[in-house]
Amino acid sequence: MELSRHWRLQDQRYRLVGEVCDTCGVKIFPPRDICPECSKPAQELYTFSGRGEVYSFSTVYNAPAGYEEYAPYTVALVKLEEGPVLTAQLTDLGDQEPEIGMPVEMVTRKLRTEGDQGMIVYGYKFRPALAAAV
Amino acid sequence: MSDAHPATRPISGGRSVKSGRSTLFESESLLLRPHFPVGIVGYGAYVPRYRLPAREVARIWTGGKGGVPLGEKSVPGLDEDVATMSIEAARNALLRARIAPDLIRAVWVGSESHPYAVKPTSTIVAEAIGAVPNIQAADWEFACKAGTEAMQAAIGFVGAGMARYVLSIGMDTAQGRPGDALEYTAAAGGAAFLIGPADESLATITASYSFVTDTPDFWRREGEMYPSHGDRFTGEPAYFRHITSAAKTLMEALETVPADYAWAVFHQPNVKFPQRVARMLGFRSEQTEPGLLVGEIGNVYAGSSIIGLTSVLDMAQPGDRVLLVSYGSGAGSDAFDLLVTDKIEERRDLALLTRDYISRRTEIDYATYARFRRKLRM
Ligand SMILES: [Zn+2]
Repeated sequence: MELSRHWRLQDQRYRLVGEVCDTCGVKIFPPRDICPECSKPAQELYTFSGRGEVYSFSTVYNAPAGYEEYAPYTVALVKLEEGPVLTAQLTDLGDQEPEIGMPVEMVTRKLRTEGDQGMIVYGYKFRPALAAAV
Repeated sequence: MSDAHPATRPISGGRSVKSGRSTLFESESLLLRPHFPVGIVGYGAYVPRYRLPAREVARIWTGGKGGVPLGEKSVPGLDEDVATMSIEAARNALLRARIAPDLIRAVWVGSESHPYAVKPTSTIVAEAIGAVPNIQAADWEFACKAGTEAMQAAIGFVGAGMARYVLSIGMDTAQGRPGDALEYTAAAGGAAFLIGPADESLATITASYSFVTDTPDFWRREGEMYPSHGDRFTGEPAYFRHITSAAKTLMEALETVPADYAWAVFHQPNVKFPQRVARMLGFRSEQTEPGLLVGEIGNVYAGSSIIGLTSVLDMAQPGDRVLLVSYGSGAGSDAFDLLVTDKIEERRDLALLTRDYISRRTEIDYATYARFRRKLRM
């Protein structure tokens, strides 16, 4: 059921908790319990720093259901400094244009709201790294 | 006050005896003073990126005529609310405190704009910073002083020896009715404080004092989007009476005078009120200037006085004494006496400064503001 799925995903969604491989040390996100490099079991939890850079991006004008109020918005492939690449929305761009290589950092934001009466779903997005912006 | 661990102290029946010298409780004192010395181990601020200039509000509603109560106010992005903003301030406080989040025993969020009517903001924040599940969590409400209320409760929890660390937050995304005077000022932002033992603190908290009466100056009924306010809105019987009473009583009890304080921070609903209340109490403008942020970010309600405190801590020197006085409509003021320690210098730069957030600024027009604050009905 939808509600419990959100609940199980909270550690990775709220604060980028993934795994590190006991055998070869590769950092894994999202967690999948098997190392993608050496295929050994990987169960040690690892909280990512949240720092990374934009690997590629595109702008969404026709948003899927539940995301309409945020359109247009930018979705990026973000390469974390520990290695993994993940898909996430960019936020707080203001009047900045996103660009490949732009340093970004993880923030926890509202992903979507399930109507006026449903739950608010929170999770990671990435914004231009603040230290670099000021 | 004794430094002995709670477990080694005798258990008392709970009432102090007026004539006795060895009373466990200082119940005769008006001061709220914990049993064990406590302080701020870490602090963090948050201000959203967007700014709505007051002249833009005036352009829409008064044809640009008349004075404005401040320069501009902060506006949250579409994906921000009190939970997300509290998470970032809390992460900054943890960066400065350098403690593991699972050592926190309570997470308390004070706000008048909690995202849910029923479901705590504090649980979302606690989960996101990795503090669950061995914690107490609750949301606090008392208009603009909900943040300092959470701080006082944290002082009590830590000061009683029940917990080593408690996280207290004051954060708001305040809304003003379109065209109302409050629309110029109602803004978004706030601060988080990790309260812990005094010997680990970057600023110790000597004592606090609260002054509260039933004063109907400002309110919002359940289900209403915008607040209402009385005709004598936050004037003499409300803002000025409560802040001056709280500050004077605290200083009398501690035998301090305004000149003893390097810095003073007052609740800031606009630029003029905190400046005037400072003068009434005998503070110079140089003492209040570093903590006076309202002209640049607006009135951030439950975060208003305490984000001023973060700005002071960002530049204070060891040994500086600080007076903090909040104000919440309804009405009440909490006054705090703090002493900055030498730990401030090694911790200040471990997280973004309040000024870093204020400088990150994208100006928006009224139409974008109306969209961001969901004032358009589709
Ligand atoms: Zn491996």
